[in-house]
Amino acid sequence: MDITFIDKKDVRTTLRKMREGGMDFLRELIGMDWGEEGLGVIYILENSCTHEVAHLAVRTTERQRPALPTVCDMWKIAELYEREVYDFYGIHFTGHPDMRRLFLRNDWEGFPLRKDYDASEAINPIRLTSEPPEDLQRSYEIEEDKEFAAIAKRENFMHFDEYVINIGPQHPATHGVLRFRLALAGEEIRKIDIHCGYIHRGIEKLCESKTYPQLLAFTDRLDYLSAHQNRHALCMCIEKAMGLEITPRAQYIRTIMDELQRIDSHLLMLSCAAMDLGALTAFIYGFRDREKVLDIFEEVTGGRLIQNYNIIGGVQADITAGWEVKVKDYCTYQLDKIKEFEDLFVKSIITKNRMTGVGVLTREEAISYGATGCTGRAAGWACDVRKRHPYALYGEVDFKEVLHTHGDSYDRVLMRIDEIKQAVHIIRQLIDNIPAGEYKQKTKPIIKLPEGRFSASVEGSRGEFGVFIESHGDKNPYRVKFRPMGLPLIASMHKILKGCKIADLITIGATLDYVIPDIDR
Amino acid sequence: MDFSTITTAIDNLLRTYMPEQAVILAECLLIALCLVLAYVLFAIVMIFMERKVCAAFQCRVGPMRVGYWGLLQVFADVFKMLIKEIISIKRSDHILYSLAPYIVVMSSVLTFSCLPFARGLQALDFNIGVFFLMAASSFGVLGILLAGWSSNNKFSMIGAMRSGGQMISYELSVGLCMLTMVVLGGTMQISAIVESQLDGWFIFKGHIPACIAFVIYLIAGNAETNRAPFDLPEAESELTAGYHTEYSGMHFGFFYVAEFMNVFIVSAIASTLFLGGWAPLYIPGLNAVNAVMGYIPGIVWMLGKTFFVIWLLMWIRWTFPRLRIDQVLVLEWQYLVPIGLVNLLLMTICVVMGWTF
Amino acid sequence: MEMKKPYIKSIPYEEFKDNETLEALIKELNKERTNVVVGALDDLINWGRSNSLWSLTFATSCCGIEFMSVGAARYDFARFGFEVTRNSPRQADLIMVAGTITHKMAPVLKRLYDQMAEPKYVVAVGGCAISGGPFKGSYHVVNGVDKILPVDVYIPGCPPRPEAILYGMMQLQRKVKVEKFFGDKNRHQNPRDVRREPIIVTNAPIDGCEKTDK
Repeated sequence: MDITFIDKKDVRTTLRKMREGGMDFLRELIGMDWGEEGLGVIYILENSCTHEVAHLAVRTTERQRPALPTVCDMWKIAELYEREVYDFYGIHFTGHPDMRRLFLRNDWEGFPLRKDYDASEAINPIRLTSEPPEDLQRSYEIEEDKEFAAIAKRENFMHFDEYVINIGPQHPATHGVLRFRLALAGEEIRKIDIHCGYIHRGIEKLCESKTYPQLLAFTDRLDYLSAHQNRHALCMCIEKAMGLEITPRAQYIRTIMDELQRIDSHLLMLSCAAMDLGALTAFIYGFRDREKVLDIFEEVTGGRLIQNYNIIGGVQADITAGWEVKVKDYCTYQLDKIKEFEDLFVKSIITKNRMTGVGVLTREEAISYGATGCTGRAAGWACDVRKRHPYALYGEVDFKEVLHTHGDSYDRVLMRIDEIKQAVHIIRQLIDNIPAGEYKQKTKPIIKLPEGRFSASVEGSRGEFGVFIESHGDKNPYRVKFRPMGLPLIASMHKILKGCKIADLITIGATLDYVIPDIDR
Repeated sequence: MDFSTITTAIDNLLRTYMPEQAVILAECLLIALCLVLAYVLFAIVMIFMERKVCAAFQCRVGPMRVGYWGLLQVFADVFKMLIKEIISIKRSDHILYSLAPYIVVMSSVLTFSCLPFARGLQALDFNIGVFFLMAASSFGVLGILLAGWSSNNKFSMIGAMRSGGQMISYELSVGLCMLTMVVLGGTMQISAIVESQLDGWFIFKGHIPACIAFVIYLIAGNAETNRAPFDLPEAESELTAGYHTEYSGMHFGFFYVAEFMNVFIVSAIASTLFLGGWAPLYIPGLNAVNAVMGYIPGIVWMLGKTFFVIWLLMWIRWTFPRLRIDQVLVLEWQYLVPIGLVNLLLMTICVVMGWTF
Repeated sequence: MEMKKPYIKSIPYEEFKDNETLEALIKELNKERTNVVVGALDDLINWGRSNSLWSLTFATSCCGIEFMSVGAARYDFARFGFEVTRNSPRQADLIMVAGTITHKMAPVLKRLYDQMAEPKYVVAVGGCAISGGPFKGSYHVVNGVDKILPVDVYIPGCPPRPEAILYGMMQLQRKVKVEKFFGDKNRHQNPRDVRREPIIVTNAPIDGCEKTDK
């Protein structure tokens, strides 16, 4: 992966030129600490039509008060990405309208992903006091002839006379620990302020102190519903860096497992959507079918939810005898049961009324927010990594990238059902043709990657999951960055929630299907 | 069998030993005790039934380990609930906060006392019975509003407001349906309504308008009891627990019990007004069948019909997703109320023209 | 003196692990003699409480999904009387800490615990809640929920299987069964104490998850 470094002054003009040249999808915005070379940011851009990719980077040697220009007016998603970089590295983005911390408490001392961060308990003890209310939107602007600017604007986010409610962090419908602060007018949502970080475990920092095989354990716990796909991405990235070819048998097994995982995740999404809308029976039906997938996983991998199955160079264990038959039986069973689920929940008139036209995200907005996965495809954006940059066996199997046009909640649910059907279709093509051979390649216990930057991405259950590794030739990575699938979805909620009702928040949240540990990492 | 013989006998017995005033007092206490006991008994049955029916719909088995077939499960819950700490909230309106659950229970007990379980087995029966029933059932919403208001919790507040909007709206449809049946029966006295169904239940006698009224009543009744698909006031996934978010221990227990008992009451009223209450099935012309049906005691008929309707409501509850607040109100004001009004007119025409059976 | 052993319908007493801890607990609670009536009342109440443990729907990560599985058709914890999961902490009897607790979440969790009505229990589900699990070295993870709450039962695993969660719940049932509700022997809790000493039934594993450090 080659990166072009651009000068700080030209960042906005260069990026604007690229944006106008069709690079409309900001795939990743990675904060970096290059030590003496300074702090910086890597932009990974992609053309949503031609799938051409560009890597740019910018850095500043200032460590005390580093500042870089914002790009959040060109790509909406940059707003949250830049807040994340500010949170981790303390880089201020001038021109950004809301420069607050994204994940950590606002009374947190220091910037944890900097290489000189002091993680001692004395500086940041476990605080049992509530977070001090920080309701100020800060923004910074460049002054003449100065590197860093004074605070130009401070504005209260919620006003005193607004009816503000907190949904979360402990709330049944946020699917984990996400917190929404909503200003309401009656039932209608006027303003929305999303707080993440309640499950921020600092995985990216932890990765920097682990060896490559040890990294694998973390990916499963990011988005536990696409555990397999996440791990696939990391393995792929490391294998690419090592120049390791994995055997066809392992490729087949990985692809099948990825698709099974997709079915598992989509079933869970459908059933949770049903539960959030109050249809508990449909929830249980979905879980009943999901158990069958878990049985299949368990037989080969030994794990139910988290499988720890992919390893560098292949997979952990070979498939068992007769496993193929079970998978085939399951495919037939699932196609039958998904019809039942449709009758019970999806085709219900109440569901249709609750979901149609609710939470509409247009194609342009989806691209600008980088909302990939079913959300993007429901809006008509062909963003499937399996088609864009085929990996594993996806270049060879026949499957359709289903697209919907309305981009509303109902389309997002239909997308899931279509994807389950496509996943079954893919599995059926592969399951009978698993070639004989080794299921893994022998690797050394300590792996050293060559110096350089590597990235790989897969189609996770709810969007594009990307891995970026910068290696300085050690047995530990210098920097690991995971592209969260959920953060763009959360970001897009800012847009689509305005004017909705509280009940719609639940519908939209359920159909966007974010997983919080994946967002917070 | 006429239960009034038993009550008269007890009355006479008491009168021989006590002065008039004391008799009335004693009888009032006795009736109150019986009512509360019956109320609690039915609540326990209802909760157990709900769990088992829900489990059956969801491919589960429900409570199994506490007692044989889980029969003692509800008792365990009651014991637990009784000793649970009752939390008092800072900056809440303490009096209203602790009053609210009692208002809700009181309203439902009062409504419960109007139900005719068999001939003569009815606590309250007078010439404007239906009217009283509606009045008693509709002040439950007051308790819910107070609970939401006094809790000093924004979720509770939204829940209570939703509940106010919803229950008061649906009261209208319930009222219209009851009125339709009152037109058919020609009386507001509940016992007289049941008596006049001895030769055919109202749902058969009133044919089309009665069937329409029955369906509307079931929908509106479901909404009145705040149950799915109309469970917005306590919408679990939206408002955590709605108006009773801040209640713990037995105070929460009261809300919980009242909710289940309201379902029972709604079903019992449905079976009284539409399915003949304790009146056995009567098919004109089939005397042998009618005679056999007549042997089954009235209380069995009444409870059988009631639990059938409860089962219908549970079926609905465990099938459909929840509506949104605007959809709930649109359904009521744009569909159910106009249909109900037209239906009332239709029924009146039918009765005036003599087009009933 | 023969000790009264808590009886659970699902698993015989001998098949439970860690009976020693429980027996020590019984011994400690029964040090002073109890009135027959009070004792019988205790038994009745404990029977009710142990069979009706409603948990708060609280989950931060992966373990929460397994907890949902326990509620679904195959494992169905309604069978044991854990039927209802309450969303409001006021109405819940136990909090299942399912998932990693971070620095930002810690005050929220503590507040949730404080909002619950007595008697209340805490179950730490999964490696993260027990010790920080695979994220032990992180700057933002609380290494074990017992740093902020008194934990009653630990359920190891990453995530624990549904069977393990059920087993842990039964351990909690047994613990509830031996408690003394009347007479205030059970919980000498000083409201000013930030935390009280936990009574632990299951042993906490040394490391809940697969080892990430060699």
